[in-house]
Amino acid sequence: MNNIFVYCEIEGGAVADVSLELLTKGRELADTLGCKLEALAIGHNLNGIDKQLALYGADTVWIADDRELAPYRTLPHTAVTCGVFEAEKPQIALFGATSLGRDLGPRVSSALHSGLTADCTSLVIGDHQDARTGTKYENLLYQIRPAFGGNIIATIVNPDCRPQMATVREGVMKKEQAAKPGKGEVRQIDVRKYLKDTDLAVKIVSRQIEERKLNIKGAQIIVSGGYGVGSKENFKLLYELAEVLGGEVGASRAAVDAGFAEHARQVGQTGVTVRPKLYIACGISGQIQHTAGMDQSAMVVSINTDPEAPINKLADYAVTGDLLDVIPKMINAYKANSK
Amino acid sequence: MGKALNIVVLAKQVPDTRNVGKDAMKADGTVNRAALPAIFNPEDLNALEQALIIKESCPGSTVRILTMGPPRAADVIRDAMFRGADGGVLLTDRKFAGADTLATSYALSRALLKIKPDIIVAGRQAIDGDTAQVGPQVAEKLGWPQVTYAEQIEKITDTEIVVKRRLEHGVETVCSPMPMVLTVNGSAPECRMKNAKRVMKFKNAKTPSELNEAQDEYLNMECCKKPYLNISEWGVSDIECDEQQLGLSGSPTKVKQIENVVLQAKESKQYSASEGEINSLMVELIASHTLG
Repeated sequence: MNNIFVYCEIEGGAVADVSLELLTKGRELADTLGCKLEALAIGHNLNGIDKQLALYGADTVWIADDRELAPYRTLPHTAVTCGVFEAEKPQIALFGATSLGRDLGPRVSSALHSGLTADCTSLVIGDHQDARTGTKYENLLYQIRPAFGGNIIATIVNPDCRPQMATVREGVMKKEQAAKPGKGEVRQIDVRKYLKDTDLAVKIVSRQIEERKLNIKGAQIIVSGGYGVGSKENFKLLYELAEVLGGEVGASRAAVDAGFAEHARQVGQTGVTVRPKLYIACGISGQIQHTAGMDQSAMVVSINTDPEAPINKLADYAVTGDLLDVIPKMINAYKANSK
Repeated sequence: MGKALNIVVLAKQVPDTRNVGKDAMKADGTVNRAALPAIFNPEDLNALEQALIIKESCPGSTVRILTMGPPRAADVIRDAMFRGADGGVLLTDRKFAGADTLATSYALSRALLKIKPDIIVAGRQAIDGDTAQVGPQVAEKLGWPQVTYAEQIEKITDTEIVVKRRLEHGVETVCSPMPMVLTVNGSAPECRMKNAKRVMKFKNAKTPSELNEAQDEYLNMECCKKPYLNISEWGVSDIECDEQQLGLSGSPTKVKQIENVVLQAKESKQYSASEGEINSLMVELIASHTLG
């Protein structure tokens, strides 16, 4: 009772990275609160899934295994999740901010009348005092996220309703096996107890899941372009530099919206979060919407015509100049100096 | 194809957070909402287009907008009428203010119970919050199925709708019974433009409050003569609801703190674009093993 639950997404028998990242964070929060970390796995043919989850610190693994539960559909997963939460009364429930988690999370929060904060970039335990009533609350989950197009950072709490629910995007939290694996004690869920016929009303007609081709998240070096790159044509220079340096190309939301690069390359609050060894920001002004997705890069180089661009505050090296001029010089200098 | 449907589009008027200019922040560091233009939430326009497509394929159908917001949010209803919607309802009351997504969904769902649509179409998410919660939360409150991230409607019959939806790693086609809630992805077709004839026809469409404020004899007469110019305006007393579940009191989430974004300055080395300086930058990156 009153533990932390992580809803675990299963893709082809394996747990999704985002869920393992949430377990890693959940383990840390559970240790702070002195409660258990429980994993909820809903799908079909889930044999052995508990072992994977225990490695990331799950004390308990709730398993709902039924052919109606895979592939994911909103209503049956909502019914099972709500059923378990109503019985177990978790204090915190975490979901990936994926197309699945953002479909399921709000449905569950609406059914349980509990608050849900989307796309948190940080989760911390802390105390809270209501400004109006003066009521004090201990050990709430601070759900921290950018809002208003990323111009503000809001800390949200759910003082009275449980579970305190949050979604987190893939790559935002670190993924790390627990120092001491959890027990991974299995609890089988009696699926038929929770599923009604009406939960099966939506049928999947067809499904094409593409292999993940592009993975800028895993890249050690990212050459990223913003609206300031100017055109899709100019973006080619970034690809050239990325290739020479052995990196990938990223882009800001403005560049993606302008059609300079595809969405899979978007770095930032509504794209992916990256933490490469080197991030080269070309023609990126540095709106928080973007920097939220790259400010943990080990090293940041900025190339911008405006020496006052906000990105420069974050940069280890700020080059003032036109990227069309600077990038070729970087390529030449790298070729001349690398062994 | 199908029978005539009562279609409702959930739309939101949002500050244009994509065009945040230098004056968007006040001197005290708070957001200057007045400096941001209020626009039709972009994905709600994608939703409107899908609703209009359904209307065209099911003759006799109507498309109405439901929006919650301050009185000026009537703009999105007029805008939608210029593009092809038949009318709309503005849900406005001080008691709705301060609502989080859940309290918003509750208010919308109570209004929807009164409108009794066959299908509800909404944008996936609004650009001021990017939460994507209201569509699914409304569906749950009504006990209806939801299909999120819709990109294309493949087929619609009297009882069912077949929809192609965009997932992060692929596409899925699903068949859902109606009534249901559809949320539309930004990758769906853009909304048609405003139609000049419709602009002429509906430019005087007003809510009762707007008419009252205008105190214009001619406008009053127009709206009296032409019922299609009347935009409905509902307050708390017009929908059956539990007031405790509205606004601030109905919102489980509370904002504890708002912090303006100021990028933390750290020591940064400045370089010019000269060949020599770029060279020393690359040498330094190689020396620090940042570049291999």
